[in-house]
Amino acid sequence: MSKQKIVVVGNGMVGHKFIENMIEHPDYDQYEVITFSEEPRLAYDRVQLSYYFAGKTAEELMLTSPDYYDEHGVRYIVKDKVISLDTANNKIVTESGREESYDQLILATGSYPFVPPIPGKDQDHCLVYRTIEDLEAITASAKESKVGVVVGGGLLGLEAANALKNLGLETHVVEFAPRLMAVQLDEGGGDVLRAKIEALDVGVHTEKNTKEIVAGETCRYRMNFADGTFLETDMILFSAGIRPQDELARQFDIEIGPRGGIVINNQCQTSIPNVYAVGECALWDNKIYGLVAPGYQMAKVAVDHITGGNLAFEGADMSTKLKLLGVDVASIGDAQARTPGCLSYTYSNSHDGVYKRLIVSEDNTKVLGAVLIGDVDAYGNLLQMMLGDIAIPGSPEALILPSVDGAPALGVDALPDSAQICSCHDVSKGDIFEAVKGGCTDLAGIKSCTKAVTGCGGCAAMTTQVMNAALTEMGVEVNNNLCDHFEYTRQEVFDIIRTKKIKTFDELLAGYGSGKGCEICKPAVGSMLATQWNEYILSDDNIQLQDTNDIFLANMQKDGTYSVVPRMAAGEVTPDQLIALGEIGKEFNLYTKLTGGQRIDFFGAQLHQLPIIWEKLIAAGFETGHAYGKSLRTVKSCVGSTWCRYGMLDSVSMAVLLEMRYKGMRTPHKVKMAVSGCTRECAEAQSKDVGVIATDKGWNLYLCGNGGMKPRHADLFATDLDDETLIKYVDRFYMFYCHTADRLQRTSVWMDNMEGGLDYLKSVIIEDKLGICEDLEADMARIIDNYECEWKKTINSKERLKRFAHFINSDATDDTLAYVAERGQERARIDMDARAKIAKGDVIETVEVV
Amino acid sequence: MSQVWNDICDLSDLVKNTGVCALHNGEQVAVFLDDESNVYAISNYDPCGNAYVLSRGLIADFKGKLTVASPLYKQHFDLTTGECIEEPENSVKAYPVRVEAGKVQLG
Ligand code: SRM
Ligand SMILES: Cc1cc2nc3c(=O)[nH]c(=O)nc-3n(C[C@H](O)[C@H](O)[C@H](O)COP(=O)(O)OP(=O)(O)OC[C@H]3O[C@@H](n4cnc5c(N)ncnc54)[C@H](O)[C@@H]3O)c2cc1C
Ligand code: SF4
Ligand code: FES
Repeated sequence: MSKQKIVVVGNGMVGHKFIENMIEHPDYDQYEVITFSEEPRLAYDRVQLSYYFAGKTAEELMLTSPDYYDEHGVRYIVKDKVISLDTANNKIVTESGREESYDQLILATGSYPFVPPIPGKDQDHCLVYRTIEDLEAITASAKESKVGVVVGGGLLGLEAANALKNLGLETHVVEFAPRLMAVQLDEGGGDVLRAKIEALDVGVHTEKNTKEIVAGETCRYRMNFADGTFLETDMILFSAGIRPQDELARQFDIEIGPRGGIVINNQCQTSIPNVYAVGECALWDNKIYGLVAPGYQMAKVAVDHITGGNLAFEGADMSTKLKLLGVDVASIGDAQARTPGCLSYTYSNSHDGVYKRLIVSEDNTKVLGAVLIGDVDAYGNLLQMMLGDIAIPGSPEALILPSVDGAPALGVDALPDSAQICSCHDVSKGDIFEAVKGGCTDLAGIKSCTKAVTGCGGCAAMTTQVMNAALTEMGVEVNNNLCDHFEYTRQEVFDIIRTKKIKTFDELLAGYGSGKGCEICKPAVGSMLATQWNEYILSDDNIQLQDTNDIFLANMQKDGTYSVVPRMAAGEVTPDQLIALGEIGKEFNLYTKLTGGQRIDFFGAQLHQLPIIWEKLIAAGFETGHAYGKSLRTVKSCVGSTWCRYGMLDSVSMAVLLEMRYKGMRTPHKVKMAVSGCTRECAEAQSKDVGVIATDKGWNLYLCGNGGMKPRHADLFATDLDDETLIKYVDRFYMFYCHTADRLQRTSVWMDNMEGGLDYLKSVIIEDKLGICEDLEADMARIIDNYECEWKKTINSKERLKRFAHFINSDATDDTLAYVAERGQERARIDMDARAKIAKGDVIETVEVV
Repeated sequence: MSQVWNDICDLSDLVKNTGVCALHNGEQVAVFLDDESNVYAISNYDPCGNAYVLSRGLIADFKGKLTVASPLYKQHFDLTTGECIEEPENSVKAYPVRVEAGKVQLG
């Protein structure tokens, strides 16, 4: 049987979703898919488009890849627009003259930005905001402009204004309607939003009808308004709404709506049954949906219909929650209170810039809609109450009043399994329950297996609640206790140590724990004590807490010998130091290797040799490299502006400064940093917990990346910082991590499990939302002040040196060690039995020695 | 037959909740001191990791049993009996140990 051929016109978000759903369908082998895109690349995440200005590359925004399509036999043609349709003969023709026949045709052509017919709108520097190419044009134009105006004060317009502001332009928003976000907000909400946006120095001009764009006097252009006023600007960005891209249907006899849009039925079929339309080009029940979630729903329905199922598209909810110019805004259901007889409740607090309005049914029992500005915590709750038609528990006003005790929160138990928790990725309560049962027991896991929270992020709070409910139902006590001996989380233990000023493990165990402690809580508490007080880790009180590596200030190897890693800040080393290292390696016959962290590692040192080796290293000017600790490892650097012809700033000096500042700091897991001198990124800073990249205006700061078992790119956190601000942010970041992370949780997992993720972290570190930044900085200052090289201190103490003998009662050394020669050095004998065992996974726990 | 005891070191040479390694009749023995001044002795050999390292492990309370967690792969060895809790086939020898007149002695 020959395969059915499906042609998908448009490879945008929804066109791609359709293809992805086809590929995942069990009957996919009976189909053949080919897609055409007018744009020069395959589908990318338009919803996240604005992150392009924050440093995300086109590559990072991609939703798919040629490899993925190749692997599944999907043919794709980019940069070739479909220009003609022959529905009688089931054929399409493209601009380049290519003809393709089809059995089923999918129109997923999206929409285009509407530009009002204003005389003068077609000049240079008059732009729109829809594609990556548009963004490139905006960036180029901004370089030659000082003032920018966005025409349109809707969702997209405000997002565009944010972009212009970040590009450094004096920014204005011009809106035809009497208020911002007229579609979503009522008057009160519009006023609060306006005040907040004006406070950010963005000009807001409502009720302005632009008559013409003419040459300006102080700027490139002047916009003349119908009321006789005018505004001067160098560039104009139109964001006055979208229009469905229905040109093919219009020209080739497929029914379109009176105001445009390809008419579809509940199965997403157009007036011609084997032609479907999905996404923003489709008109369902006289409505165009300008959001991605309904488009995804349509893609699912179309796939289902083609493959013989009976799903139906039955409309979609248009509630939204976003952050515009740093202001939280949400609108749910009938935000404008249009339902006959409805009642409304309003809470307004101009001091904090919070406005909330709740619209309920005539009988005061059901949520119909809401507007939230400045504080959108209630979003998930209210949305689910509206969607689930759930009766309001208690009095409605409690739902929007600032959290006074006893405010009725919607128990997630009240939701049906089908309740949609994440609309971006259509993830239901049932899906999350299944994922938890399948073993995803933290937010990071839920994100990766269901995709919930990875779109707009608005569903994070609700997703967490559902996950916890599922865990509880499974009888998994959501137990984050440190271990059997402490019924507290690591964060709680840290708080106890800080607030009760506890300095020893025994004191903590006596007051807050039970039993004698174990290999889990002891090093964890040792690390917290070190973070908080930074006292000598080998004092009599502390020594019992340390893993062997910390006790002997070196990493234990498979045969019981140790490695020695001196600090080599930023990878810098003088020829004399290199010679000294060479001599030491030779004298003790140590296997010598460069590490992946730009420094030198000696292997095979025996216990009794460690102090002698270190005495020599210290004499040669070295300090301990803390390769053994859960602490700062290295700050990798590139050569930077001192030598490199592309270097923007002196990356080596910055890396040395950072490494010297944070060396010795004990953290929940190890942390790594890097500094690159320019965007070529030779130091791979984006793969580090803290990455710094020089720009022509300062430093860009990236946070929470790592390599290792599950590599993750760091997220761009702040741009164009001066030295002082950079260090301030890094201080706060590290201390907040030390205070709140779980044991052995790297920064990436810590942030991914944090409700609100990156945005929340920004609000804590940049905006000081919790009011703790002063404390964080003071805590860090104390760590830095108390720094002492542990090896220096140790070799000066006779008492401590006693430990560095293999036998307490003999000068003999361990005679069980054996070596083999290899490439001019000696290395440990390989024990095949032990190796096979490790390969088989017969190891108790991943090695957490370091 | 009466037991022969070898002096190993002074009790004051041990630090509470840590271990040391002693050479005793040609064998490597790991000697530990707990926080109530009790001493324990088991082999220094870790059969799981095939190295002489147990004296350098962390003392851990494993569900009420006092154990040492191997510094290599973290298996727990009972300080009193030498039993390896996770892999009983890898249990090690326990040695008689006592403190006499401030001296730690192995038998
Ligand atoms: C020596 C070195 C390999 C080398 O010869 O290049 C090394 C050696 C070890 N690494 Fe590593 N890692 C080394 C660079 C790295 C890097 C590369 C980097 O830092 O640029 C990575 C990936 C980057 C990252 O961490 O994000 C790396 C990811 C790991 C991981 C996985 C961490 C993760 O989050 O998945 C572990 C396991 C752990 O920490 O739990 C690990 C653990 C270890 C341990 C400590 C395993 C152990 O307990 O014995 C090894 C210690 C050997 C020793 O005695 O020194 N090592 N390790 C490198 C030391 C760099 C240094 O100068 O300090
Ligand atoms: C800046 C911005 C922010 C947004 N933020 C959000 C948000 O926060 N939440 C949300 O839900 N939605 C948001 N959206 C809307 C969301 O991006 C759209 O709903 C979604 O992209 C629609 O998908 P689509 O596939 O229908 O259209 P598109 O993604 O536009 O894809 C259509 C594709 O078809 C191509 N095409 C058109 N005609 C032809 C032809 N004849 N031949 C070949 N190819 C053709 C187009 O070039 C385009 O690549 C945002 C949009 C923008 C621009
Ligand atoms: S990152 Fe830039 S400055 Fe640094 S070495 Fe590479 S090219 Fe040169
Ligand atoms: S609702 Fe947007 S990510 Fe879940």
